[in-house]
Parts: sequence; C-alpha cells; structure tokens
Amino acid sequence: MEQTVRKVFIGNYEDLPVSLGKAVVVEDKEIAVFRLSNGNIKAIENKCPHKGGVLSEGIVSGEHVFCPLHDWKINVTDGLVQAPDEGCVQTYKTSIEDNQVYVEVPEK
Amino acid sequence: MEKKKLVLIGNGMAGIRTIEEILKLLPDQFDITVFGKEPYPNYNRIQLSKVLQGDTEIKDITLNEWQWYEDNGILLYPGETVTKVDKDNKKVYTDKGKETPYDHLIIATGSNPFMLPLPGADKEGVTAFRDIEDCEKMIDASKNFKRAAVIGGGLLGLEAARGLLNLGMEVDVIHLADYLMERQLDRPAGELLQKELESQGMNFYLEKQTAEITGKKRVTGLKFKDGGAIPADLVVMAVGIKPNVSLAQESGVEVNRGVVVNDHMETSVPNIYAVGECAEHKGMVYGLVAPLYEQGQALAKHICGMNHQGYKGSVLSTQLKVSGVDVFSTGLINETAETKSIKVFDEWQNTYKKILVKDDKLTGAVLFGNTTEGTKLKSLITKGANVEEYLESQQGADDGESIVASMSDDEVICGCNGVSKGTIVDAIKAEGLSSVEEVKGATNASRSCGTCKNLVSELLTDTLGDEYEADTKESICACTDLTRDEVVIEIKEKGLTHTKEVMNVLEWKTEEGCSKCKPALNYYLGMINPKEHEDERESRFVNERLHANIQKDGTYSVVPRMYGGVTNAEDLRTIADVAEKYEVGMIKLTGGQRIDLLGVKKEDLPNVWKDLGMPSGYAYGKSVRTVKTCVGAEFCRFGTQDSTGMGIQLEKKFEGLNTPHKVKMGVSACPRNCAEGGIKDVGVVGLDGVWEVYVGGNGGTELRKAELLVKVKSQEEVLEYTAAFLQYYRENASYLERTSHYVERVGIEHIQEIVSDDQLRKELNDRMDEALGIYKEPWNEVLESETTLKDLYEKVATK
Repeated sequence: MEQTVRKVFIGNYEDLPVSLGKAVVVEDKEIAVFRLSNGNIKAIENKCPHKGGVLSEGIVSGEHVFCPLHDWKINVTDGLVQAPDEGCVQTYKTSIEDNQVYVEVPEK
Repeated sequence: MEKKKLVLIGNGMAGIRTIEEILKLLPDQFDITVFGKEPYPNYNRIQLSKVLQGDTEIKDITLNEWQWYEDNGILLYPGETVTKVDKDNKKVYTDKGKETPYDHLIIATGSNPFMLPLPGADKEGVTAFRDIEDCEKMIDASKNFKRAAVIGGGLLGLEAARGLLNLGMEVDVIHLADYLMERQLDRPAGELLQKELESQGMNFYLEKQTAEITGKKRVTGLKFKDGGAIPADLVVMAVGIKPNVSLAQESGVEVNRGVVVNDHMETSVPNIYAVGECAEHKGMVYGLVAPLYEQGQALAKHICGMNHQGYKGSVLSTQLKVSGVDVFSTGLINETAETKSIKVFDEWQNTYKKILVKDDKLTGAVLFGNTTEGTKLKSLITKGANVEEYLESQQGADDGESIVASMSDDEVICGCNGVSKGTIVDAIKAEGLSSVEEVKGATNASRSCGTCKNLVSELLTDTLGDEYEADTKESICACTDLTRDEVVIEIKEKGLTHTKEVMNVLEWKTEEGCSKCKPALNYYLGMINPKEHEDERESRFVNERLHANIQKDGTYSVVPRMYGGVTNAEDLRTIADVAEKYEVGMIKLTGGQRIDLLGVKKEDLPNVWKDLGMPSGYAYGKSVRTVKTCVGAEFCRFGTQDSTGMGIQLEKKFEGLNTPHKVKMGVSACPRNCAEGGIKDVGVVGLDGVWEVYVGGNGGTELRKAELLVKVKSQEEVLEYTAAFLQYYRENASYLERTSHYVERVGIEHIQEIVSDDQLRKELNDRMDEALGIYKEPWNEVLESETTLKDLYEKVATK
C-alpha cells in the first residue's frame, strides 16, 4: 500500500543549532530534529521508548542521541535503541531545499 | 488452541528465571500469573549485601522491571501471598481472596531466614538479613545507633557486617565455630580471612554461643552462654536459612527438608513443581544462585515438553562479596582419610590455595587472596576432571595460556545475569568488541556485581589474541583506553582546547564520544584553562545546558539562589507570584533549605527567571550548590558563632563554581550540628573561638561521615582552607567523583598535608580565584542572548 507523505517546513537550516536537538510540533506529534556535526539533518519521534524521555534534550554524539532521563542510546538515522537496551523510535525523512529544512510526515 | 495456565508462587530469582527460560522456548503458549509476597518486581537478592555496603542502589538490583511483566503479558500480583493450593481442583487461593486456576503450578517460595529462638529475639532492633526490608531496617538503624552485633560468621553474616561498618557502625561478629565460614573454608583460609576483616575494623567473638538478647523494649546487648556479655543497639541474625515449605506441606505435597522433587523438578503431586531454595533434590537443598538457574532451565524444558535429561545436581561454589577480600570455595573441601590435597601458602603475598583430590579426581578447592583460578577449578570439578588435567592446565597457565580457554561454551561466566562464555565470545567476534566496557554494554555480563570482570577480560585476550591488551586501568569510558589522569596530562602537554580535538588527537574509538566522555572532557578543559576555555553547551547534560532540572515528564524545576538559606518577605512574595503566574506544579523546600518550583515548561523558563529577578541557585549543576546553615549566634541560645553569615560568605564566594560533581556545604554554630555538616562535602562547625572544617561527607546512597580537615580561628581561614580543598579536588578528582569517594581514595592525611602547606595553599587559592573570575550568572546571561533563547528554549510549532 502506498503511503502518502506531507512535507512540513520546520525552519531555516542555519537556525538549527549544531550538535543539538530541537523539538518540533507537527500536528499532534512531537518530533526531535537534530543537526549533526557532519551537517546532516535527522528527525525522530521525540520520546524515548523507555520512559518517554525528551530526546531533543539528549547529548548528541555522531549518529546517536543519549536520552536525558536514563541514558539510553538511540541511533538518529534508523531509530534503533542500542544494546544492551532494546526498542526503536519512529524516524522521519528530512530534506533541505534552498536552505529550508523539511520533515516528511505520513498523511493522515 | 487455548493457552495453558501457568501459575508461579514466588516472585524471586529461581521462579522468574524459570519463566524467562520458558518464554525463550515457547513465548506465546502460556497464560502466566505470578504471586509475590514482596512489593517489588523481581530483584537480585545476592546483591543485597552490595546495597547494604553502599556500592549499589536498590533500583540497580532489579532484574525484571514492571515493564518486563507487562511486555510479556505476565499477570503479577506483588505483595500478595498464596495461602492455599487445592490440588484436586487445580486452583490456588490468596490472602486477598483471589482464586486462580492452573494447569502447571510452580512453587518457588524460597526460604526464610533462620531466627535463633533466643530469649529477647522479638525485641526492637533484632533483624534478619534476607530482603529489601531488612536491608532498609539496618540502614535506618545506623542513623541512630552505634553498635551492631552480627550473629553468624558465615557468608551472609560477614557481608552484613561489612555493610554495617560502611554505615559507620561498630561491628561485633559472634560465631559458634572456631574459625570463620567453616562450611566453605578450611582453618588456614578462615584465619586469613579473619585477619583481613579485623584490619578492616570488624571485631570477632569466636566459639561463642548467644544465650540471650538483653534490653527492655529495644535491644541493649547480648549475653553469652559462657557468661560474657557485650552491648549492642542492633542485632543481625545471619545464621542460615530454612526452606519455606509451609504452603507445600499444608497442600499435601511431599516435604522433607525442602519440597521433594525429582530430576524434572516434579513434586509428589502431578502438575506441581518446585524450584530454588524451597526445593530438595536428592537430599540437597541449595541456597546459592547457580543451582537455582540450572533448576530453572531443567524445569522450563520439562514444562515446554522438550526432551531433556533433567537436573543432575550442582557443584557448589561461593565467593564473598566484600571489597578487598578475595575468597572462593567450590566443591567438597573437607579433608578425610581418603583425600589428598595440593596446598600453596604464600605468606609474603598473603595468598592461600588448597585443592582437594580423591581417587585422583578433583573434588573441591579453597582460594584466598587470588581467586582468578576459581572458575576454571569449578569447571574441572564439575566435570570430574583428573588431577593431572589440572596440573597440565596450570603449566599452560604459566606459559601464558588462559584459564577461560578450557571452559566450555555453555559455561556461565556472569552468574548475576546468566551470560555464558559462548554468548560473550560470539558478541566479541560479531560486534568487534575490544574492552570489558563494551562487552558489558553488549551482553550485560559483569553489569551487576562485577566479580567476573577478570574472566571477561581474559575472554577478550583469548578471543582477540595480541589485539587486546588487558586493561587493568580504568578508562574514562568505552570510547577510549586512556585514564582520566592520562587525558588530563595530554590536554596540558598538547595544549588541547576542545572536546572534539581531544577525541581526535587522542584517537578516540568513537567519532564524537558519548554521554560520559563529552561532559567529562568539557569539564577537564575548563578546569585546566578556565580563562581560555569556551564552554560547550552541546557537551553539557541537559540540566546544565538549560540551567534547570529536567523532571520525568519533561518539565523543569527552578531553584532561585538564596544565600545561606536566608530570604525575605519581598523575595518570598515574588516567588509566590511567579509560582501562581506560571502555574507551577509544586512548591517544595529542598534538602538544602531552598525553594524549588517544579513543573515549569521549558518555553516558560526564561520568563520565570525574568520575573523572579534572582540569580540561579545551581540546583542542577555539577557545581557548588547550597550552603545549609543553622540559626547561629544571632538568635540561637546555644550558637557560638555566626553560622548564617559564614554560610552566606561561602555561598557567595563559590557560587557557580564548576566541580567534578555536585558540592554541598553546611555551617553550624555549635556541636549540635543542626546544618548536618557531618554528611556534607564541606561541613563547617563553629565552636567557641574556633572553626572546624570537615570534608568528604555524604548523605546520599553511600552514607559517609566527613573527616576533620583543619581547625582554624577566623572566617577568612575557613574560606581559605575550603578554597584550597575544593581546588585540589577540582584538579585531581575524576569527573562525577564526589568528594566522599575522592577523600576516601586519596586519604584525608594526604589532603591535610597539601592544604596545610602555606605555599601550596596559596597557589591553590590563586587558581581558585582564577576559576571563580570567569563566573557569569547563567539565567541573566540567557535572557540577554537572543540566539541562546532561540537555540535552546524555543519549541518549533509548524502548520
């Protein structure tokens, strides 16, 4: 089945702080957007699968973010929780056009 | 097909291990119900002594969180006791009136501590050492009482005694036999152990039998059979356990010492099984963890209908969990006419080894001082190996061959988490692991008590060969093999200025570190070069980045600065107004005498600070937090010094100072010590004409009494010595090392020597002033910077 997506503009590329997360509210969802030190933009659900920690406030290292509540380590590209903990978070595609950052969310 | 109903009585280690094994084999075949007497999820009972000794917190010994039960569809009734089993109608009944039918019933009721039926055993202050409640009872008692008597010089008794010593009590151990741990050790090992524990501060009464526990309501002492007596405010009975079989017995299940089971853990009643400490297999009742796990495995296979040869009994082995003492015992260790032994006693290194041989086969071993051979010996004894095999393997060991090489893949390396050699080796190969930290992260091995750390290290050597260099030193985190000291030296020598640069130049294994090394490096860089270092907000934990405390629901708490705990009507009014305006969830006084506003939304933080118009109280930082004070000479009829004024001075001077961990202080004006300086990082007690400065105290998980650093005459000197101590701690402690650990590690004498040297004290004060010179009030700083406001506090709303 094909899933239609909607591109949501979330801000200018420069406005996102480097190596930090930013909480973005899209409809009823809260998404954590990260501008990594390599320049890539990643977006994941802003909620740790463990106890719902706000991931946009975690320490970002490379491709991973550490949940501020209990230090779970989560890959921001594929959303997978790193061992020894288990689980995953929803990931969202991002794109940059003319310095504008978009996050793709599934259409309802 | 309808699911079979599986009921487990007992939410302990043996029962839950059985369930885990069943879930591994047939995940969706059973409706599982668990009844547990204690109001906790499944926890690691063998780690309780570590909790008591202060190395571990109760939350860390939980084996299966509530979530685990939920995830696996297990119905758990904590705090509920099964009172009756109706074996004819296959139902169990509980004390809360519940009636649950079963197809399979597992009895895993464990055991009860054996309480000596002494006169006075029912007095207040007499406890067993068996569960979390007992543990908490002892911790509580240590806060109000001084003298503890532990009856029983076995494993449990000695671990309890060590814990009570750590809690600051004076400890007497009373033991019936003439040497310690006589069931696991022989006399030479027992005597070595006694000597070691005496040097740690324990006091022993051997060959003593307690006749009576004295006291009116609360215990005041013990009387011995031979007429002697000792005072005691707390009595811990640790003389053994007895299987808890009453339910089985009343339900018509055959019981001897324990619930009698066969090799498949079946009892005399069809569909009822027993595992763990309550079960008796071939006349043996086990009280250790490894056999319970083996039984659980056997039972799981049986219930799941797998072909299995059943449980064949276990070779026992024990290890004492007391820091600084390595004792290991396995198998049968008592010498008889038919046994011969290999003994090595090295008085110089204080090590002892005895290996017992019967009919050329190894039957048991005792190790003291060096226990690295323990696991190998146990595995040889379990498989009934010939003594020749051991001697050959030992030659191999001398040639550098590893002990773990001879172990089979399914042998368990980490008993706490049940991780086998095979699992660890596979993980090392598949995931390219190269350090104990990484193995811990990937497999959970050595995540609990850590006694298997050496074995994990050897497995790495064994698997990776020369690629792996066994590191006995503690690295900062898994991202590097370098220690804290090595990194600090490199930063200074190479003039490094940025965390990324450090990681790059010092060849970190990860590109950008992790949540442990990033904040640590940021701290070290700032400590070494306070003026030039540019603080990295992305290397700060959220609390320090946002200057507020994150709470579990993602809101924040705010604590305004209140010097010395003193406030005024105007500030109180402002705080009340702010609380109302921003609808804070709770207004709470902190342990450090400050006002905490809880439940503030992140977006509101800047406005809350603006409206408060007060400096940040740093309740969230690895920095100087609060200085608690008593009323002092100004009002108190006992106070001899101006403690409030002294506290305000201290707080103003050290406000916002970055430290390896949080620093709390207290100033009291008389020996009553109302500000509780005895358990603060820095505690100041003002006496008539003199100030005492104490350091290294802690009132947290590891209670530690502060030690006297110096006695001085003036307030200036209090500031000077405190600054010297704090700066020395800042420069030499590891990041996240509290002063209590630091002082314990290096010793108070060393610190006294440093700060009492006039020249060194002056230099430390100079460097402290430099560090304090860069302080900027963070709330105000945020309010003045539009970029920070936008970068950190703004939430993006989209359309």
